[in-house]
Amino acid sequence: MLSFVAQRVLKGVIVLLAIIVLNFFLIRLAPGDPAVVMAGEAGASDPIFVKQLREKFGLDKPMPEQLFIYVKGVVTLDLGFSFRQQAPVAKLIGERLPATLLLTLTAFTISLVLGILFGTFAARFAGIFLDTAITVFALIFYAMPIFWVALMGILLFSVTMDWLPSFGYETVGANLTGLAHAIDVAKHLIMPAMTLGLFFMATYTRMTRASMLEVKRLDFIKTARAKGLSDAVIQRRHVLRNALLPVVTLAGVHSGTLIGGAVITETVFAWPGIGRLMYDALLQRDYNLLLGVFVICSAMVLIFNLITDLVYRLVDPRIEFAS
Amino acid sequence: MLKSPSGVIGLVILLLAISVAVFGPMLFPNSPWRMVQRPFLPPFTLQAVPLGTDALGRDVFAGMIFGARVSLLVGLVSTLVALIVGVPIGAMAGYFGGKVDDALMRFTEFFQTIPSFALAIVLVAILQPSIYSIVASIAVVSWPPVARLVRGEVLSLRTREYVQAAVVTGQSNTWIILREILPNALSPVIVLASLMVATAILLESSLSFLGLGDPNLISWGYMVGAGRTVIRQAWWITVFPGVAILISVLGLNLIGEGLNDALNPRLSREGR
Repeated sequence: MLSFVAQRVLKGVIVLLAIIVLNFFLIRLAPGDPAVVMAGEAGASDPIFVKQLREKFGLDKPMPEQLFIYVKGVVTLDLGFSFRQQAPVAKLIGERLPATLLLTLTAFTISLVLGILFGTFAARFAGIFLDTAITVFALIFYAMPIFWVALMGILLFSVTMDWLPSFGYETVGANLTGLAHAIDVAKHLIMPAMTLGLFFMATYTRMTRASMLEVKRLDFIKTARAKGLSDAVIQRRHVLRNALLPVVTLAGVHSGTLIGGAVITETVFAWPGIGRLMYDALLQRDYNLLLGVFVICSAMVLIFNLITDLVYRLVDPRIEFAS
Repeated sequence: MLKSPSGVIGLVILLLAISVAVFGPMLFPNSPWRMVQRPFLPPFTLQAVPLGTDALGRDVFAGMIFGARVSLLVGLVSTLVALIVGVPIGAMAGYFGGKVDDALMRFTEFFQTIPSFALAIVLVAILQPSIYSIVASIAVVSWPPVARLVRGEVLSLRTREYVQAAVVTGQSNTWIILREILPNALSPVIVLASLMVATAILLESSLSFLGLGDPNLISWGYMVGAGRTVIRQAWWITVFPGVAILISVLGLNLIGEGLNDALNPRLSREGR
Protein backbone atom coordinates (compact mmCIF):
# COMPACT_ATOMS: atom_id res chain seq x y z
CA MET A 1 0.00 0.00 0.00
CA LEU A 2 2.72 2.43 1.05
CA SER A 3 4.83 1.84 -2.04
CA PHE A 4 1.72 2.27 -4.16
CA VAL A 5 1.04 5.65 -2.55
CA ALA A 6 4.68 6.70 -2.92
CA GLN A 7 4.63 5.73 -6.57
CA ARG A 8 1.46 7.69 -7.24
CA VAL A 9 2.73 10.76 -5.37
CA LEU A 10 5.97 10.68 -7.35
CA LYS A 11 4.03 10.47 -10.59
CA GLY A 12 1.86 13.38 -9.50
CA VAL A 13 4.91 15.50 -8.69
CA ILE A 14 6.39 14.82 -12.14
CA VAL A 15 3.15 15.78 -13.86
CA LEU A 16 2.93 18.93 -11.74
CA LEU A 17 6.46 19.92 -12.74
CA ALA A 18 5.54 19.38 -16.38
CA ILE A 19 2.49 21.60 -15.92
CA ILE A 20 4.66 24.31 -14.37
CA VAL A 21 7.00 24.13 -17.37
CA LEU A 22 4.00 24.32 -19.71
CA ASN A 23 2.83 27.35 -17.76
CA PHE A 24 6.19 29.03 -18.24
CA PHE A 25 5.88 28.72 -22.00
CA LEU A 26 2.25 29.82 -21.94
CA ILE A 27 3.28 33.07 -20.25
CA ARG A 28 5.71 33.63 -23.08
CA LEU A 29 2.98 32.95 -25.63
CA ALA A 30 1.02 35.88 -24.24
CA PRO A 31 1.08 38.85 -26.58
CA GLY A 32 3.94 41.27 -26.08
CA ASP A 33 7.15 41.27 -24.09
CA PRO A 34 6.35 40.12 -20.52
CA ALA A 35 8.19 43.07 -19.01
CA VAL A 36 6.28 45.55 -21.18
CA VAL A 37 3.03 43.77 -20.37
CA MET A 38 3.83 43.90 -16.67
CA ALA A 39 4.79 47.55 -16.91
CA GLY A 40 1.54 48.21 -18.69
CA GLU A 41 -0.33 46.40 -15.95
CA ALA A 42 1.45 48.50 -13.37
CA GLY A 43 0.37 51.58 -15.29
CA ALA A 44 3.79 52.80 -16.36
CA SER A 45 5.81 52.20 -19.46
CA ASP A 46 8.98 54.27 -19.29
CA PRO A 47 12.04 52.36 -20.49
CA ILE A 48 13.89 52.55 -17.15
CA PHE A 49 11.02 50.86 -15.32
CA VAL A 50 10.79 48.18 -18.00
CA LYS A 51 14.53 47.56 -17.67
CA GLN A 52 14.19 47.29 -13.89
CA LEU A 53 11.38 44.77 -14.27
CA ARG A 54 13.44 42.79 -16.72
CA GLU A 55 16.29 42.55 -14.23
CA LYS A 56 14.01 41.86 -11.27
CA PHE A 57 12.28 38.94 -12.95
CA GLY A 58 15.40 37.69 -14.69
CA LEU A 59 13.94 38.35 -18.13
CA ASP A 60 17.35 39.49 -19.41
CA LYS A 61 18.81 36.04 -18.73
CA PRO A 62 18.87 33.15 -21.21
CA MET A 63 15.73 31.02 -21.53
CA PRO A 64 16.84 27.88 -19.60
CA GLU A 65 17.89 30.02 -16.65
CA GLN A 66 14.58 31.87 -16.75
CA LEU A 67 12.80 28.56 -16.73
CA PHE A 68 14.81 27.43 -13.73
CA ILE A 69 14.03 30.64 -11.84
CA TYR A 70 10.36 30.27 -12.65
CA VAL A 71 10.09 26.63 -11.57
CA LYS A 72 12.01 27.37 -8.39
CA GLY A 73 9.61 30.22 -7.68
CA VAL A 74 6.48 28.13 -8.15
CA VAL A 75 7.86 25.24 -6.09
CA THR A 76 8.45 27.64 -3.19
CA LEU A 77 4.89 28.91 -3.71
CA ASP A 78 6.01 32.18 -5.24
CA LEU A 79 3.54 32.49 -8.10
CA GLY A 80 4.53 35.99 -9.10
CA PHE A 81 2.94 39.35 -8.48
CA SER A 82 -0.41 40.63 -9.67
CA PHE A 83 0.08 44.26 -10.61
CA ARG A 84 -3.63 44.75 -11.12
CA GLN A 85 -4.52 43.67 -7.61
CA GLN A 86 -1.25 44.90 -6.10
CA ALA A 87 -0.67 41.66 -4.21
CA PRO A 88 1.30 38.44 -4.58
CA VAL A 89 -0.61 35.85 -6.62
CA ALA A 90 -0.10 33.15 -3.98
CA LYS A 91 -1.67 35.36 -1.31
CA LEU A 92 -4.70 36.14 -3.51
CA ILE A 93 -5.23 32.45 -4.22
CA GLY A 94 -4.73 31.45 -0.59
CA GLU A 95 -7.49 33.83 0.49
CA ARG A 96 -9.92 32.42 -2.04
CA LEU A 97 -9.11 28.72 -1.78
CA PRO A 98 -11.34 27.80 1.21
CA ALA A 99 -14.49 29.08 -0.52
CA THR A 100 -13.72 27.01 -3.61
CA LEU A 101 -13.03 23.90 -1.57
CA LEU A 102 -16.30 24.36 0.31
CA LEU A 103 -18.21 24.75 -2.95
CA THR A 104 -16.59 21.93 -4.93
CA LEU A 105 -16.62 19.40 -2.11
CA THR A 106 -20.27 20.11 -1.30
CA ALA A 107 -21.22 19.83 -4.97
CA PHE A 108 -19.19 16.66 -5.33
CA THR A 109 -20.80 15.02 -2.30
CA ILE A 110 -24.31 15.99 -3.39
CA SER A 111 -23.75 14.71 -6.92
CA LEU A 112 -22.19 11.43 -5.83
CA VAL A 113 -24.77 10.58 -3.17
CA LEU A 114 -27.79 11.56 -5.26
CA GLY A 115 -26.33 10.12 -8.44
CA ILE A 116 -25.68 6.71 -6.91
CA LEU A 117 -29.10 6.79 -5.22
CA PHE A 118 -31.01 7.63 -8.40
CA GLY A 119 -28.90 5.27 -10.49
CA THR A 120 -29.57 2.41 -8.09
CA PHE A 121 -33.29 3.15 -8.17
CA ALA A 122 -33.32 3.29 -11.95
CA ALA A 123 -31.45 -0.02 -12.21
CA ARG A 124 -33.68 -1.67 -9.62
CA PHE A 125 -36.80 -0.69 -11.50
CA ALA A 126 -35.29 -1.02 -14.96
CA GLY A 127 -37.82 -0.73 -17.75
CA ILE A 128 -40.71 0.74 -15.78
CA PHE A 129 -41.84 4.34 -15.48
CA LEU A 130 -39.57 5.41 -12.61
CA ASP A 131 -36.50 4.25 -14.54
CA THR A 132 -37.59 6.08 -17.69
CA ALA A 133 -38.29 9.27 -15.74
CA ILE A 134 -34.89 9.20 -14.02
CA THR A 135 -33.12 8.42 -17.30
CA VAL A 136 -34.84 11.25 -19.17
CA PHE A 137 -34.07 13.78 -16.41
CA ALA A 138 -30.45 12.64 -16.32
CA LEU A 139 -30.19 13.07 -20.09
CA ILE A 140 -31.58 16.60 -19.91
CA PHE A 141 -29.38 17.72 -17.01
CA TYR A 142 -26.42 16.20 -18.79
CA ALA A 143 -27.04 18.47 -21.78
CA MET A 144 -27.52 21.75 -19.89
CA PRO A 145 -24.68 24.26 -19.80
CA ILE A 146 -23.77 24.98 -16.18
CA PHE A 147 -23.99 28.76 -16.54
CA TRP A 148 -27.53 28.44 -17.81
CA VAL A 149 -28.60 26.13 -14.99
CA ALA A 150 -27.18 28.72 -12.60
CA LEU A 151 -29.14 31.55 -14.20
CA MET A 152 -32.35 29.52 -14.33
CA GLY A 153 -31.85 28.75 -10.63
CA ILE A 154 -31.53 32.45 -9.89
CA LEU A 155 -34.58 33.21 -12.01
CA LEU A 156 -36.65 30.58 -10.24
CA PHE A 157 -35.49 30.64 -6.63
CA SER A 158 -34.31 34.22 -6.21
CA VAL A 159 -36.23 36.41 -8.64
CA THR A 160 -39.58 34.61 -8.76
CA MET A 161 -39.87 32.89 -5.39
CA ASP A 162 -37.38 34.92 -3.36
CA TRP A 163 -36.27 31.87 -1.38
CA LEU A 164 -32.53 32.00 -1.74
CA PRO A 165 -29.92 34.73 -2.14
CA SER A 166 -28.68 35.03 -5.72
CA PHE A 167 -25.07 35.96 -5.11
CA GLY A 168 -22.23 36.13 -2.63
CA TYR A 169 -20.87 34.03 0.21
CA GLU A 170 -22.68 35.69 3.10
CA THR A 171 -25.08 38.55 3.70
CA VAL A 172 -23.01 41.68 3.38
CA GLY A 173 -23.03 43.89 6.46
CA ALA A 174 -25.02 41.43 8.58
CA ASN A 175 -22.00 40.67 10.80
CA LEU A 176 -23.41 37.34 11.91
CA THR A 177 -21.41 35.00 14.11
CA GLY A 178 -21.51 31.37 15.17
CA LEU A 179 -24.48 29.30 14.10
CA ALA A 180 -26.33 32.20 12.49
CA HIS A 181 -23.30 32.80 10.27
CA ALA A 182 -23.05 29.12 9.32
CA ILE A 183 -26.73 29.07 8.35
CA ASP A 184 -26.27 32.25 6.35
CA VAL A 185 -23.33 30.75 4.44
CA ALA A 186 -25.25 27.50 3.90
CA LYS A 187 -28.15 29.46 2.41
CA HIS A 188 -25.77 31.14 0.01
CA LEU A 189 -24.14 27.80 -0.75
CA ILE A 190 -27.26 25.82 -1.72
CA MET A 191 -27.76 27.21 -5.20
CA PRO A 192 -24.13 27.25 -6.38
CA ALA A 193 -23.52 23.75 -5.03
CA MET A 194 -26.70 22.36 -6.58
CA THR A 195 -25.91 24.03 -9.90
CA LEU A 196 -22.43 22.61 -10.00
CA GLY A 197 -23.62 19.24 -8.72
CA LEU A 198 -26.50 18.70 -11.16
CA PHE A 199 -24.40 17.91 -14.22
CA PHE A 200 -22.28 15.43 -12.29
CA MET A 201 -25.31 13.97 -10.60
CA ALA A 202 -26.73 13.25 -14.05
CA THR A 203 -23.48 11.57 -15.08
CA TYR A 204 -23.24 9.43 -11.97
CA THR A 205 -26.89 8.44 -12.27
CA ARG A 206 -26.38 7.22 -15.83
CA MET A 207 -23.16 5.50 -14.94
CA THR A 208 -24.48 3.76 -11.82
CA ARG A 209 -27.57 2.56 -13.68
CA ALA A 210 -25.63 1.18 -16.65
CA SER A 211 -22.98 -0.38 -14.48
CA MET A 212 -25.44 -2.04 -12.08
CA LEU A 213 -27.40 -3.54 -14.94
CA GLU A 214 -24.16 -4.89 -16.35
CA VAL A 215 -22.92 -6.39 -13.08
CA LYS A 216 -26.31 -8.00 -12.44
CA ARG A 217 -25.85 -10.20 -15.49
CA LEU A 218 -22.50 -11.58 -14.35
CA ASP A 219 -21.97 -15.12 -13.16
CA PHE A 220 -20.96 -14.40 -9.58
CA ILE A 221 -24.37 -12.83 -8.97
CA LYS A 222 -25.96 -16.08 -10.10
CA THR A 223 -23.67 -17.88 -7.67
CA ALA A 224 -24.69 -15.57 -4.83
CA ARG A 225 -28.32 -16.19 -5.67
CA ALA A 226 -27.72 -19.95 -5.78
CA LYS A 227 -26.12 -19.71 -2.35
CA GLY A 228 -29.49 -18.46 -1.15
CA LEU A 229 -28.48 -14.92 -0.22
CA SER A 230 -31.34 -12.49 0.12
CA ASP A 231 -31.98 -10.03 -2.68
CA ALA A 232 -31.11 -7.03 -0.49
CA VAL A 233 -27.74 -8.51 0.44
CA ILE A 234 -26.95 -9.32 -3.18
CA GLN A 235 -27.86 -5.81 -4.25
CA ARG A 236 -25.81 -4.13 -1.57
CA ARG A 237 -22.80 -6.37 -1.11
CA HIS A 238 -22.30 -7.73 -4.60
CA VAL A 239 -23.99 -5.63 -7.23
CA LEU A 240 -23.51 -2.13 -5.82
CA ARG A 241 -19.98 -2.68 -4.61
CA ASN A 242 -18.79 -3.83 -8.00
CA ALA A 243 -20.93 -1.38 -9.92
CA LEU A 244 -19.41 1.54 -8.02
CA LEU A 245 -15.91 0.93 -9.40
CA PRO A 246 -16.46 2.69 -12.74
CA VAL A 247 -18.28 5.46 -10.86
CA VAL A 248 -15.19 6.05 -8.70
CA THR A 249 -12.97 6.11 -11.80
CA LEU A 250 -15.34 8.58 -13.40
CA ALA A 251 -15.28 10.80 -10.31
CA GLY A 252 -11.50 10.97 -10.67
CA VAL A 253 -11.66 11.74 -14.36
CA HIS A 254 -14.23 14.43 -13.67
CA SER A 255 -12.26 16.34 -11.07
CA GLY A 256 -10.90 18.62 -13.80
CA THR A 257 -14.39 19.27 -15.10
CA LEU A 258 -15.51 20.01 -11.56
CA ILE A 259 -12.88 22.76 -11.27
CA GLY A 260 -13.88 24.13 -14.67
CA GLY A 261 -17.51 24.12 -13.58
CA ALA A 262 -16.51 25.96 -10.42
CA VAL A 263 -15.08 28.80 -12.53
CA ILE A 264 -18.48 29.26 -14.18
CA THR A 265 -20.56 28.73 -11.05
CA GLU A 266 -18.46 31.12 -8.98
CA THR A 267 -18.65 33.71 -11.74
CA VAL A 268 -22.45 33.60 -11.93
CA PHE A 269 -23.02 33.56 -8.17
CA ALA A 270 -20.18 35.94 -7.30
CA TRP A 271 -18.83 33.21 -5.03
CA PRO A 272 -15.47 34.45 -3.70
CA GLY A 273 -13.36 31.43 -4.75
CA ILE A 274 -10.44 30.95 -7.12
CA GLY A 275 -12.81 30.40 -10.06
CA ARG A 276 -14.14 33.91 -9.64
CA LEU A 277 -10.55 35.07 -9.22
CA MET A 278 -9.73 33.44 -12.55
CA TYR A 279 -12.63 35.27 -14.19
CA ASP A 280 -11.45 38.59 -12.77
CA ALA A 281 -7.93 37.87 -14.00
CA LEU A 282 -9.42 37.10 -17.38
CA LEU A 283 -11.35 40.36 -17.58
CA GLN A 284 -8.28 42.38 -16.66
CA ARG A 285 -5.94 40.22 -18.77
CA ASP A 286 -3.89 39.70 -15.61
CA TYR A 287 -1.77 36.85 -17.01
CA ASN A 288 0.32 36.25 -13.89
CA LEU A 289 -2.78 35.73 -11.81
CA LEU A 290 -4.53 33.71 -14.53
CA LEU A 291 -1.66 31.27 -14.87
CA GLY A 292 -1.16 31.12 -11.11
CA VAL A 293 -4.77 30.00 -10.67
CA PHE A 294 -4.25 27.53 -13.50
CA VAL A 295 -1.29 25.89 -11.73
CA ILE A 296 -3.21 25.66 -8.45
CA CYS A 297 -6.25 24.17 -10.22
CA SER A 298 -4.03 21.56 -11.84
CA ALA A 299 -2.46 20.72 -8.49
CA MET A 300 -5.91 20.31 -6.95
CA VAL A 301 -6.92 17.95 -9.74
CA LEU A 302 -3.77 15.90 -9.21
CA ILE A 303 -4.45 15.59 -5.48
CA PHE A 304 -8.05 14.64 -6.16
CA ASN A 305 -6.98 12.02 -8.69
CA LEU A 306 -4.60 10.56 -6.14
CA ILE A 307 -7.41 10.32 -3.60
CA THR A 308 -9.79 8.61 -6.04
CA ASP A 309 -7.04 6.16 -6.95
CA LEU A 310 -6.69 5.23 -3.31
CA VAL A 311 -10.45 5.00 -2.83
CA TYR A 312 -10.64 2.74 -5.88
CA ARG A 313 -8.11 0.43 -4.31
CA LEU A 314 -10.05 0.38 -1.06
CA VAL A 315 -13.43 -0.20 -2.68
CA ASP A 316 -12.38 -2.76 -5.26
CA PRO A 317 -13.15 -6.18 -3.81
CA ARG A 318 -10.68 -7.77 -6.22
CA ILE A 319 -7.66 -5.92 -4.82
CA GLU A 320 -6.51 -6.69 -1.30
CA PHE A 321 -3.54 -5.06 0.33
CA ALA A 322 -1.30 -7.41 2.25
CA SER A 323 -1.43 -6.13 5.81
CA MET B 1 -29.36 3.50 -35.70
CA LEU B 2 -32.84 4.06 -37.15
CA LYS B 3 -34.21 1.34 -34.91
CA SER B 4 -33.47 3.18 -31.68
CA PRO B 5 -36.06 5.87 -30.92
CA SER B 6 -33.57 8.09 -29.12
CA GLY B 7 -31.25 7.98 -32.12
CA VAL B 8 -34.06 9.06 -34.43
CA ILE B 9 -35.06 11.94 -32.15
CA GLY B 10 -31.43 13.01 -32.00
CA LEU B 11 -31.06 12.84 -35.76
CA VAL B 12 -34.19 14.95 -36.28
CA ILE B 13 -32.90 17.56 -33.83
CA LEU B 14 -29.49 17.67 -35.50
CA LEU B 15 -30.93 17.99 -39.01
CA LEU B 16 -33.20 20.78 -37.77
CA ALA B 17 -30.26 22.60 -36.17
CA ILE B 18 -28.14 22.21 -39.29
CA SER B 19 -30.88 23.55 -41.55
CA VAL B 20 -31.38 26.53 -39.22
CA ALA B 21 -27.64 27.19 -39.33
CA VAL B 22 -27.44 26.85 -43.13
CA PHE B 23 -30.68 28.40 -44.36
CA GLY B 24 -31.79 30.49 -41.38
CA PRO B 25 -29.64 33.55 -42.13
CA MET B 26 -30.97 33.57 -45.73
CA LEU B 27 -34.59 33.55 -44.58
CA PHE B 28 -34.10 36.01 -41.72
CA PRO B 29 -31.57 38.50 -42.98
CA ASN B 30 -31.95 40.73 -39.88
CA SER B 31 -28.43 41.20 -38.59
CA PRO B 32 -28.25 40.02 -34.98
CA TRP B 33 -26.18 43.11 -34.14
CA ARG B 34 -28.63 45.70 -35.51
CA MET B 35 -31.09 47.53 -33.31
CA VAL B 36 -34.53 46.72 -34.63
CA GLN B 37 -36.87 47.71 -31.83
CA ARG B 38 -36.94 49.34 -28.43
CA PRO B 39 -34.75 47.60 -25.81
CA PHE B 40 -36.32 44.95 -23.56
CA LEU B 41 -39.27 44.26 -25.84
CA PRO B 42 -40.91 41.15 -24.32
CA PRO B 43 -41.29 38.08 -26.52
CA PHE B 44 -44.51 37.22 -28.38
CA THR B 45 -45.60 40.87 -28.60
CA LEU B 46 -44.50 41.71 -32.13
CA GLN B 47 -44.54 39.25 -34.99
CA ALA B 48 -41.46 40.77 -36.59
CA VAL B 49 -39.42 40.15 -33.42
CA PRO B 50 -41.02 36.97 -32.05
CA LEU B 51 -38.60 36.41 -29.18
CA GLY B 52 -38.27 40.04 -28.16
CA THR B 53 -35.20 42.25 -28.01
CA ASP B 54 -32.20 42.49 -25.71
CA ALA B 55 -30.80 45.41 -23.70
CA LEU B 56 -29.73 47.20 -26.89
CA GLY B 57 -32.91 46.49 -28.85
CA ARG B 58 -31.36 43.70 -30.91
CA ASP B 59 -33.48 40.85 -32.20
CA VAL B 60 -33.10 37.78 -29.93
CA PHE B 61 -34.54 35.47 -32.58
CA ALA B 62 -31.98 36.64 -35.17
CA GLY B 63 -29.24 36.06 -32.62
CA MET B 64 -30.44 32.51 -32.06
CA ILE B 65 -30.43 31.79 -35.80
CA PHE B 66 -26.99 33.24 -36.45
CA GLY B 67 -25.72 31.69 -33.21
CA ALA B 68 -26.57 28.22 -34.50
CA ARG B 69 -23.88 28.67 -37.16
CA VAL B 70 -21.16 29.44 -34.67
CA SER B 71 -22.12 26.67 -32.25
CA LEU B 72 -22.38 23.93 -34.86
CA LEU B 73 -19.34 25.07 -36.81
CA VAL B 74 -17.13 25.27 -33.72
CA GLY B 75 -18.48 21.93 -32.50
CA LEU B 76 -17.81 20.14 -35.76
CA VAL B 77 -14.50 21.73 -36.71
CA SER B 78 -12.91 21.40 -33.27
CA THR B 79 -13.96 17.76 -33.10
CA LEU B 80 -12.45 17.23 -36.54
CA VAL B 81 -9.18 18.83 -35.44
CA ALA B 82 -9.18 16.74 -32.26
CA LEU B 83 -9.61 13.61 -34.40
CA ILE B 84 -6.77 14.69 -36.69
CA VAL B 85 -4.53 14.99 -33.64
CA GLY B 86 -5.82 12.06 -31.60
CA VAL B 87 -6.24 9.32 -34.20
CA PRO B 88 -2.61 9.26 -35.44
CA ILE B 89 -1.23 9.45 -31.89
CA GLY B 90 -3.46 6.61 -30.72
CA ALA B 91 -2.80 4.55 -33.84
CA MET B 92 0.97 4.90 -33.55
CA ALA B 93 0.93 4.09 -29.84
CA GLY B 94 -1.20 1.00 -30.36
CA TYR B 95 0.59 -0.21 -33.49
CA PHE B 96 4.21 0.25 -32.54
CA GLY B 97 3.82 -0.52 -28.84
CA GLY B 98 6.85 -0.53 -26.53
CA LYS B 99 8.64 2.76 -25.99
CA VAL B 100 6.63 4.64 -28.60
CA ASP B 101 3.44 3.58 -26.84
CA ASP B 102 4.85 4.54 -23.45
CA ALA B 103 5.96 7.98 -24.56
CA LEU B 104 2.78 8.80 -26.47
CA MET B 105 0.52 7.57 -23.69
CA ARG B 106 2.37 9.54 -21.00
CA PHE B 107 1.96 12.58 -23.23
CA THR B 108 -1.76 11.85 -23.60
CA GLU B 109 -2.24 11.26 -19.88
CA PHE B 110 -0.51 14.54 -19.16
CA PHE B 111 -3.05 16.40 -21.26
CA GLN B 112 -5.84 14.46 -19.65
CA THR B 113 -4.73 15.45 -16.17
CA ILE B 114 -4.76 19.18 -16.87
CA PRO B 115 -8.19 20.60 -16.00
CA SER B 116 -9.56 21.03 -19.50
CA PHE B 117 -11.83 24.02 -19.14
CA ALA B 118 -9.18 25.96 -17.21
CA LEU B 119 -6.64 25.20 -19.95
CA ALA B 120 -9.11 26.24 -22.63
CA ILE B 121 -9.70 29.55 -20.82
CA VAL B 122 -5.97 30.20 -20.49
CA LEU B 123 -5.30 29.33 -24.14
CA VAL B 124 -8.07 31.51 -25.56
CA ALA B 125 -7.11 34.39 -23.29
CA ILE B 126 -3.47 34.20 -24.32
CA LEU B 127 -4.05 33.65 -28.04
CA GLN B 128 -6.74 36.38 -28.01
CA PRO B 129 -10.38 35.42 -28.54
CA SER B 130 -11.23 34.52 -32.12
CA ILE B 131 -12.98 31.63 -33.82
CA TYR B 132 -9.56 30.09 -34.56
CA SER B 133 -8.23 30.25 -31.02
CA ILE B 134 -11.52 28.84 -29.71
CA VAL B 135 -11.43 25.90 -32.14
CA ALA B 136 -7.75 25.31 -31.38
CA SER B 137 -8.15 25.31 -27.62
CA ILE B 138 -11.22 23.07 -27.66
CA ALA B 139 -9.28 20.65 -29.88
CA VAL B 140 -6.28 20.78 -27.53
CA VAL B 141 -8.39 19.78 -24.54
CA SER B 142 -10.48 17.13 -26.28
CA TRP B 143 -8.09 14.94 -28.26
CA PRO B 144 -6.78 12.67 -25.42
CA PRO B 145 -9.86 10.40 -25.17
CA VAL B 146 -9.64 9.86 -28.96
CA ALA B 147 -6.01 8.80 -28.73
CA ARG B 148 -6.75 6.39 -25.88
CA LEU B 149 -9.74 4.87 -27.62
CA VAL B 150 -7.92 4.42 -30.95
CA ARG B 151 -4.90 2.96 -29.16
CA GLY B 152 -7.06 0.35 -27.48
CA GLU B 153 -8.77 -0.58 -30.74
CA VAL B 154 -5.51 -0.78 -32.69
CA LEU B 155 -3.95 -2.84 -29.93
CA SER B 156 -6.62 -5.50 -30.27
CA LEU B 157 -6.76 -5.38 -34.08
CA ARG B 158 -3.01 -5.57 -34.57
CA THR B 159 -2.84 -9.27 -33.76
CA ARG B 160 -5.69 -10.25 -36.08
CA GLU B 161 -4.81 -12.64 -38.86
CA TYR B 162 -5.61 -10.32 -41.75
CA VAL B 163 -3.25 -7.74 -40.30
CA GLN B 164 -0.56 -10.39 -39.87
CA ALA B 165 -1.14 -11.37 -43.47
CA ALA B 166 -0.58 -7.80 -44.59
CA VAL B 167 2.66 -7.72 -42.60
CA VAL B 168 3.84 -10.93 -44.23
CA THR B 169 3.12 -9.62 -47.71
CA GLY B 170 5.50 -6.78 -46.96
CA GLN B 171 3.11 -3.86 -46.82
CA SER B 172 4.44 -0.67 -45.23
CA ASN B 173 3.35 0.23 -41.69
CA THR B 174 1.52 3.32 -42.90
CA TRP B 175 -0.40 1.27 -45.44
CA ILE B 176 -1.36 -1.34 -42.88
CA ILE B 177 -2.51 1.25 -40.33
CA LEU B 178 -4.46 3.30 -42.87
CA ARG B 179 -5.97 0.52 -44.99
CA GLU B 180 -6.26 -2.50 -42.72
CA ILE B 181 -6.56 -1.34 -39.13
CA LEU B 182 -8.18 2.10 -38.94
CA PRO B 183 -11.24 1.32 -41.07
CA ASN B 184 -12.08 -1.44 -38.61
CA ALA B 185 -11.56 0.81 -35.60
CA LEU B 186 -13.89 3.44 -37.00
CA SER B 187 -17.23 2.70 -35.36
CA PRO B 188 -16.31 3.44 -31.72
CA VAL B 189 -14.51 6.56 -32.94
CA ILE B 190 -17.69 7.75 -34.67
CA VAL B 191 -19.67 7.27 -31.46
CA LEU B 192 -17.08 9.18 -29.46
CA ALA B 193 -16.97 11.93 -32.09
CA SER B 194 -20.70 12.56 -31.89
CA LEU B 195 -20.43 12.98 -28.12
CA MET B 196 -17.38 15.20 -28.57
CA VAL B 197 -19.31 17.59 -30.81
CA ALA B 198 -21.84 17.94 -27.97
CA THR B 199 -19.11 18.63 -25.43
CA ALA B 200 -17.44 21.09 -27.80
CA ILE B 201 -20.68 23.04 -28.16
CA LEU B 202 -20.95 23.22 -24.37
CA LEU B 203 -17.32 24.34 -24.11
CA GLU B 204 -17.74 27.00 -26.79
CA SER B 205 -20.86 28.36 -25.13
CA SER B 206 -19.08 28.46 -21.76
CA LEU B 207 -16.12 30.32 -23.23
CA SER B 208 -18.41 32.82 -24.97
CA PHE B 209 -20.40 33.20 -21.78
CA LEU B 210 -17.23 34.26 -19.96
CA GLY B 211 -16.58 36.85 -22.67
CA LEU B 212 -14.02 34.78 -24.56
CA GLY B 213 -16.08 34.41 -27.72
CA ASP B 214 -15.12 35.77 -31.11
CA PRO B 215 -16.08 39.45 -30.81
CA ASN B 216 -17.31 39.53 -34.43
CA LEU B 217 -19.64 36.55 -34.21
CA ILE B 218 -22.81 36.22 -32.20
CA SER B 219 -23.16 32.97 -30.31
CA TRP B 220 -25.62 31.44 -27.88
CA GLY B 221 -23.19 31.55 -24.99
CA TYR B 222 -22.47 35.23 -25.63
CA MET B 223 -26.19 36.01 -25.64
CA VAL B 224 -26.74 34.31 -22.29
CA GLY B 225 -23.70 36.12 -20.90
CA ALA B 226 -24.97 39.47 -22.15
CA GLY B 227 -28.43 38.84 -20.72
CA ARG B 228 -27.08 37.77 -17.34
CA THR B 229 -26.91 41.24 -15.79
CA VAL B 230 -30.46 42.13 -16.79
CA ILE B 231 -32.05 38.79 -15.87
CA ARG B 232 -34.40 40.45 -13.37
CA GLN B 233 -35.95 42.69 -16.03
CA ALA B 234 -35.70 40.45 -19.10
CA TRP B 235 -35.71 36.69 -18.55
CA TRP B 236 -36.11 35.89 -22.25
CA ILE B 237 -32.64 37.06 -23.24
CA THR B 238 -31.05 34.29 -21.17
CA VAL B 239 -33.75 31.63 -21.41
CA PHE B 240 -34.08 31.18 -25.19
CA PRO B 241 -30.40 30.82 -26.21
CA GLY B 242 -29.92 28.41 -23.32
CA VAL B 243 -32.78 26.26 -24.57
CA ALA B 244 -31.11 26.24 -28.00
CA ILE B 245 -27.86 24.96 -26.47
CA LEU B 246 -29.71 22.38 -24.40
CA ILE B 247 -31.63 21.01 -27.39
CA SER B 248 -28.62 20.79 -29.69
CA VAL B 249 -26.45 19.09 -27.08
CA LEU B 250 -29.27 16.74 -26.16
CA GLY B 251 -29.75 15.85 -29.84
CA LEU B 252 -26.08 15.03 -30.29
CA ASN B 253 -25.99 12.94 -27.12
CA LEU B 254 -29.02 10.98 -28.31
CA ILE B 255 -27.35 10.39 -31.66
CA GLY B 256 -24.27 9.16 -29.82
CA GLU B 257 -26.39 6.72 -27.82
CA GLY B 258 -28.24 5.53 -30.90
CA LEU B 259 -25.01 5.02 -32.82
CA ASN B 260 -23.52 3.27 -29.84
CA ASP B 261 -26.38 0.79 -29.66
CA ALA B 262 -26.24 0.25 -33.40
CA LEU B 263 -22.49 0.02 -33.96
CA ASN B 264 -21.08 -1.62 -30.88
CA PRO B 265 -23.40 -2.92 -28.23
CA ARG B 266 -20.48 -3.92 -26.04
CA LEU B 267 -18.95 -0.51 -25.80
CA SER B 268 -21.44 1.53 -23.85
CA ARG B 269 -19.19 3.57 -21.62
CA GLU B 270 -16.02 4.37 -23.53
CA GLY B 271 -14.94 7.95 -23.71
CA ARG B 272 -17.20 9.23 -21.01
